Amino acid sequence: MMEALDILTTASLWAAVLRIATPLIFGVLGALICERAGVLNLGIEGIMTMGAMVGWLTVYWGGDLWAGLAMAVLAGMAMGWLHAMLTVPLGLSQHVSGLGITLLASALAYYLYRLWVQVGDLPPTIEPFQPWPIPGLSAIPFLGDVVFTQTPPTYVALILVGLVAWMLARTPMGLALRMTGENPHAVEAQGLNPVRIRIWAVMVGSGIMALGGAFLTTAAFNSFFPGMVQGRGWICIALVVFASWRPGKALLGALLFALFDAFQLRLQTVVEGVPYQLFLMAPYVLSIVALILVARRARVPEALMQPYRRGER
Amino acid sequence: MRFERREDVSLPALILAPLIAVLAALVLCAGLIAMAGVSPWLAYGEMLRGAFGSRLAVTETFTRASPLILTGLAAAVAFRARLWNIGGEGQFYMGALAAAALGHSALAGWPLPLAWAALAAAGMAAGAVLLLVPAVLRLRFGVDEVVTTLLLNFIVLLIVGLMVEGVLKDPMAFGWPQSVPVAAGLRLPDLVPRSRLHVGIVLAVVVVLLVWLVQARTVFGAETRAAGLNPRAAAFAGVPITATLVKVALLSGGLAGLAGAIEVLGPVGYVTTTMSPGFGYAGIVVAMLAALHPLGVVAASVFVATVFVGADAMSRATGVPSFIADVIMAVALLAMLVALLFTTWRVRR
Repeated sequence: MMEALDILTTASLWAAVLRIATPLIFGVLGALICERAGVLNLGIEGIMTMGAMVGWLTVYWGGDLWAGLAMAVLAGMAMGWLHAMLTVPLGLSQHVSGLGITLLASALAYYLYRLWVQVGDLPPTIEPFQPWPIPGLSAIPFLGDVVFTQTPPTYVALILVGLVAWMLARTPMGLALRMTGENPHAVEAQGLNPVRIRIWAVMVGSGIMALGGAFLTTAAFNSFFPGMVQGRGWICIALVVFASWRPGKALLGALLFALFDAFQLRLQTVVEGVPYQLFLMAPYVLSIVALILVARRARVPEALMQPYRRGER
Repeated sequence: MRFERREDVSLPALILAPLIAVLAALVLCAGLIAMAGVSPWLAYGEMLRGAFGSRLAVTETFTRASPLILTGLAAAVAFRARLWNIGGEGQFYMGALAAAALGHSALAGWPLPLAWAALAAAGMAAGAVLLLVPAVLRLRFGVDEVVTTLLLNFIVLLIVGLMVEGVLKDPMAFGWPQSVPVAAGLRLPDLVPRSRLHVGIVLAVVVVLLVWLVQARTVFGAETRAAGLNPRAAAFAGVPITATLVKVALLSGGLAGLAGAIEVLGPVGYVTTTMSPGFGYAGIVVAMLAALHPLGVVAASVFVATVFVGADAMSRATGVPSFIADVIMAVALLAMLVALLFTTWRVRR
């Protein structure tokens, strides 16, 4: 018991929490933007896989790490465009289309990886992002080691939370996006085009999701391998509900989630006799429990999963 | 451009839709194959040869199709009632675990047909219970079952790992993580001698016919359809929506569980964490290509099995990565969605 408490007070645990949370923050923000505009994007798992592959490949082919992130965003947006085309103008089932996008994006990522990369006994590696201590701030005791000695994509994720929250709450663009998710007919009445807003929201959201995948291959690890996203996308979909579709709470949810994950990873080394699978199960079980806890009082965007057809109720 | 609902969906259109979708998928993926420096004609030819070119190939393709028929049917019956069961993979493994656990020694002395019936029932029950959880969570708490069934797939795979390295571990497997084998006397007989094809495929087709009959001829079948088409109107007309969805969940989970049990009793004989090459997920593609019709599921399963078995052989012969099979599946699924749209709507300018 004391050992467990000791773990909780180390800076390295809390630094790991932020690291583990980073792909979730990107994923949950991306999913949130899509859903606030009224489109469920179950393509997330595949889009993250695609982002992971494209980000890694760009660097492997000699590109800059930042170029890797940019290419990942573009690849994610391309997949998002496809999902948007199928679900918004065509009004197809968002569930099935999303699953199809996940199957397509991950299959395509694996196919192209195998096609373009010679894999020996071990997958080839790149030189990933290194921690980037922020001058001055990183000298703050404890907090400096936890928050201000991370890799650059983690800072990007944290800044993005604030940016998305501000955009949604304070800008006309954000208002239009939220309105599209609540009542697209009212948006039309304002002279705006809800179809175009939804398409852009899904594309931007998907681009952000892809960053979550790219973080895995360019900062957390240094190689790409099949199955590496490991259900993080699905966990993000659960986290959006848990966060009641709010960016601030999404950050909180991702951190809480990462805390459990980092804690169980360290607990595994201390507690003996418990099969490791039980620890690995924790994040998935936790997601389901989180869903049950909030589902009753969650305020879902009114028009989520409602296809919009002009002049039809 | 605007869409207008067709008065009725014609049967030829419904049969044409998957054919067009598959064709579109093959044409689009030809580009990807060409990127590998291989002629698409050659690659598709190799795929056909790999799936049907020899007696062994044919039996392998149908061996691969039999679990797909059941997981595809599982997805089809659930989707028809708008119950989004994406957990076929997990239910498959639960059924497999149940069959291996009971088939190793507990039922070893039982008379044969009875033991098979008991093992099939155990597999179905295991799968059904696994889907009952998300179904109840949706009906009781409004939790979206897509996410819960997906997450349960990951949980179940870890449970399988726990079992095959723990209580169900085979001590004779030289440390390989695999479960104890099913008693030799309980294995399903081969359908074609000296092959892996066994009577499981016959069972699967019989189950398809039964489900088709139930859907077309019984009150439950009509209620399922009503619940899927318009739950509010159905409830108003007196259809017990909750009870119907629970029954659909039990049926759907049971079918996927049965697939796992048959796979263990038939070609495999034990459980490992890698025994399913994504049967549960491919079942979703099968169900959609079948336009959720039980009979269509059989044809779609054979197609999907052809692509997977054929792609492996084609990959060995030409060097095109075998992941092309997954790409073809995914594109076919998306193309089918679009094709189905045009069977129910028409475009008006």
